[in-house]
Amino acid sequence: MTIVDWFSCGSLLFGAFFFLAGTVGMLRFPDVFTRLHALTKADNLGLGLVVFGLALQADTWVVVARLFLVWGLIMLASTTCCHLVAQAALRAGISPWRSPK
Amino acid sequence: MNELVLCVALFLLLNVAAGLIRVWLGPTAPDRMLAAMLFGTTGAAILLLLAEGLSMPSLRDVAIVAALLASISTVVFVRRWPISSSQD
Repeated sequence: MTIVDWFSCGSLLFGAFFFLAGTVGMLRFPDVFTRLHALTKADNLGLGLVVFGLALQADTWVVVARLFLVWGLIMLASTTCCHLVAQAALRAGISPWRSPK
Repeated sequence: MNELVLCVALFLLLNVAAGLIRVWLGPTAPDRMLAAMLFGTTGAAILLLLAEGLSMPSLRDVAIVAALLASISTVVFVRRWPISSSQD
């Protein structure tokens, strides 16, 4: 394995770890707003690391451009969707979680 | 190298399956919608990994479509949800 392969492996595994963190956050956090936070932030970082790991293995620049296009598109879409869902939940009267005293 | 890529893809699929627990538990409709958003992001990553691991470049285009459809479904949900029923 070359040094690029090692970097690619590490990036893929780190990405998988952040996806795991996002899923655990979505299952463990107490309300919809905190779950949105875990989902959109951790998962987008995980996707970015996976994309980076795959881009290191890519043969042509077209493939690299397409991978980063997917990442950019998903970041744009998921931040917008996160905001929309949080706003809809607030309007519907779901009150944000507070730590029990 | 391909084995690692496919293993990571399988691991992400298990993540999506774990996300289904949130659909089951709820308790509100937006919580359930979160699993669809999870599937949008994670599904795109799975498709990108499969495109590399199985050497099927066309799966990268499928990943773009899957990501777009997930966001569109969320937008449709947000537009329809509070009107149809107040809770759940």
